[in-house]
Amino acid sequence: MPPERKVIPIRPEPLAAVVGEGAPGVNGEMISLYASHETIYPRSVSGLFSRWRWAMVVLTQLVFYGLPWLEWGQRQAVLFDLGARRFYIFGLVLYPQDFIYLTGLLVISALSLFLFTAVAGRLWCGYACPQTVYTEIFLWIEKQVEGDRSARMRRDAQPLSLVWLWRKSAKHGLWLAVALWTGFTFVGYFTPVRELGRELMQASLSAWELFWTLFYGFATYGNAGFMREQVCKHMCPYARFQSAMFDRDTLIVTYDQARGEPRGGRSRKADPEALRLGACVDCSLCVQVCPTGIDIRQGLQYECIGCGACADVCDTVMDKMGYSRGLVKYTTENAMSLGWTRAQTLHHVLRPRILVYASVLGAIVVAMLVSLSLRTPFKVDVVHDRGVAARIVGAGQIENVYRMQLMNATESAQHYKLSVKGLPGLAISSEPLVSVAATQSRWVAVRVQMAPENAVPGSHPIRFEIDSLDAEGHLSERSVFLVPQP
Amino acid sequence: MSDFTNNFWSVFVTVVTLVSIVACLLLLWFTGKARAMTATDNTTGHVWDGDLREMNNPLPRWWAWLFVLTVIFALIYLALYPGLGNYAGTLGWTSTGQHQAELDKGNAEVAPLYAKFTAMAPEAVAADPQAMAIGERLFMNNCAQCHGSDARGSKGIPNLTDTDWLHGGAPVTIKETLIKGRMGNMPPMAAAVGSPEDVRNVAQYVLSLSGSPHDSLQAALGKPKFAVCSACHGADGKGNPALGAPNLSDDIWLHGYGETAILAMINNGKVNQMPAQADKLTEAQIHVLASYVWGFSNKGLAATK
Repeated sequence: MPPERKVIPIRPEPLAAVVGEGAPGVNGEMISLYASHETIYPRSVSGLFSRWRWAMVVLTQLVFYGLPWLEWGQRQAVLFDLGARRFYIFGLVLYPQDFIYLTGLLVISALSLFLFTAVAGRLWCGYACPQTVYTEIFLWIEKQVEGDRSARMRRDAQPLSLVWLWRKSAKHGLWLAVALWTGFTFVGYFTPVRELGRELMQASLSAWELFWTLFYGFATYGNAGFMREQVCKHMCPYARFQSAMFDRDTLIVTYDQARGEPRGGRSRKADPEALRLGACVDCSLCVQVCPTGIDIRQGLQYECIGCGACADVCDTVMDKMGYSRGLVKYTTENAMSLGWTRAQTLHHVLRPRILVYASVLGAIVVAMLVSLSLRTPFKVDVVHDRGVAARIVGAGQIENVYRMQLMNATESAQHYKLSVKGLPGLAISSEPLVSVAATQSRWVAVRVQMAPENAVPGSHPIRFEIDSLDAEGHLSERSVFLVPQP
Repeated sequence: MSDFTNNFWSVFVTVVTLVSIVACLLLLWFTGKARAMTATDNTTGHVWDGDLREMNNPLPRWWAWLFVLTVIFALIYLALYPGLGNYAGTLGWTSTGQHQAELDKGNAEVAPLYAKFTAMAPEAVAADPQAMAIGERLFMNNCAQCHGSDARGSKGIPNLTDTDWLHGGAPVTIKETLIKGRMGNMPPMAAAVGSPEDVRNVAQYVLSLSGSPHDSLQAALGKPKFAVCSACHGADGKGNPALGAPNLSDDIWLHGYGETAILAMINNGKVNQMPAQADKLTEAQIHVLASYVWGFSNKGLAATK
């Protein structure tokens, strides 16, 4: 085990070594734990990681903005109808009783997060998180209207002017348009989006539809336009526990300190070895492009969302200088300190932690798919009548009454045949054929009789058997049959 | 009405609440500062495990202002709503008031619906799917406890679906039953009938009325003794809806089938009550419910009207 094993990534210089005992400031000073927020002006960047991020922006937003407009048969393909408590996902009709699938989806999401983070750091944060995605879109708009980092900084430092006013207004107008469209789309998952569009045209949105459109739109506008990196640094809980999934074989954005230091400016023609300089030209572009405003050369920091903007921009600088790329690169801590090749690094991806995450994830995905494919397209609930325990009818037949709820999870009317098992001569004396309209649930009263000669007083377990006549499917539901004392 | 048994608790709650709010502000103020090595490495100077040190990463100041906002919100809230002991709040809000407002709102929403049904004949209401859905819910909440969720009753509780009516099955009669309730009274008749032997013979005669298995000799002996019963049940035993006297010839046995059950009724009599619903339900609800119950035994009729 190498001795530097215990070193933690944030490594401030030892205090006494820098200032010496008794030097001024060594005892510190009282400061406020709050500081006014300093606006970050991320410089735009292009490169490999940036292209990946934009691909993810397009992909996720095509899905988010596009999905509500897809049709499936006579209805919206994906619709969460909270009022009617029916959830439509393409061919699936889910009831609130199917909550377990949402649980499964959340477990899958969590495990995917663990897996991806353990392999390659904060991939979610850098590429797929809505906070990153909408900030990227808003930054792009900002750049189109106000110009890049330096132009924006210059303009914000100057006194108010008409040009300033016009450009700011244009930017906020575009931001608001995107934000409101986002809010509208969000509500479109819960109210049929075409209907919502019609209501919008006629200005007849209901109060709640309007509220959620504005609320979600406001959240988008505020978070992507103003809060930005503050959400990741001060609000996101996930950012804080991700470091628990990191180890020394996790791919992270890393500065090659050995190669870069000592840093310093120099001419392109100069020989760095002669000047006793490392590869870092100290151009500070890596700091300028960082959306959270950190300096990656200080090592891995909790603010780093793993977006790779610094790696992209450093590569362009290295190209211009004629140095080899990868001064800031995506690699593991072990690979960096032990000088592994790319193949060696990738070889270490397969380690116990990854295999455990992947196998648990795989097992749950398979279980989910199997459960969904074997799903019976209806549900049944049986409740023994609370008013009538048991009664004697006709020539002494013993009768019990049940309330049975039949829930049709298909989009066509269904017919179900009821039967009952568990006691000799037990039979259903009410109508054994029940029809339920598409996606509806229905309560029916079911009467069950048995002959008195077989009856033993007491409570007896029985089973209702329900067969779907139109679709494949059979369900069995337990209940009890009560026989009164003579 | 005060929630407190004496004024001490009101004052206590008020003081504790206000002191806590002020304490929150003080806590924010006193924990807002710390010693940091700003001149050198910007850590707080705390060291753990030999090399683990705490960086000074200040929160944005608006974060602290959010905290102050919650305090201001709390004070405004406590001024508007009840929270400080007996103080009622300037808005005069109460939970019972809110409940009443929601009830009134709900009633106002369904009022036009009920007005529509009240204007319709019971037969037409029984054919209206929306009215019947309301009727089913009313029945499940108010009637099913005794009559069962399938309305077929139980021993001593009439079956509402068998077209056999103790008091008559016209909609107006059902409505009257619902509004005023009913009191069924079978007096003990053993003494009037005669000896225990006579009572047994009458019981056999009653069985014979509906063609149930019986001893025809005993029944023939019981027939003259049935005269005392016929005052209510009629000479032919077909009952009298005006009195609520059941038809004994239809093989429907509300209080049990067989000689033992009939003997018990003649010897001990029975008082059976259907409670009045006028205080629990509105007139419009009773109208819908009566139509719903009428529909049980008039399914074909309701559909054609």
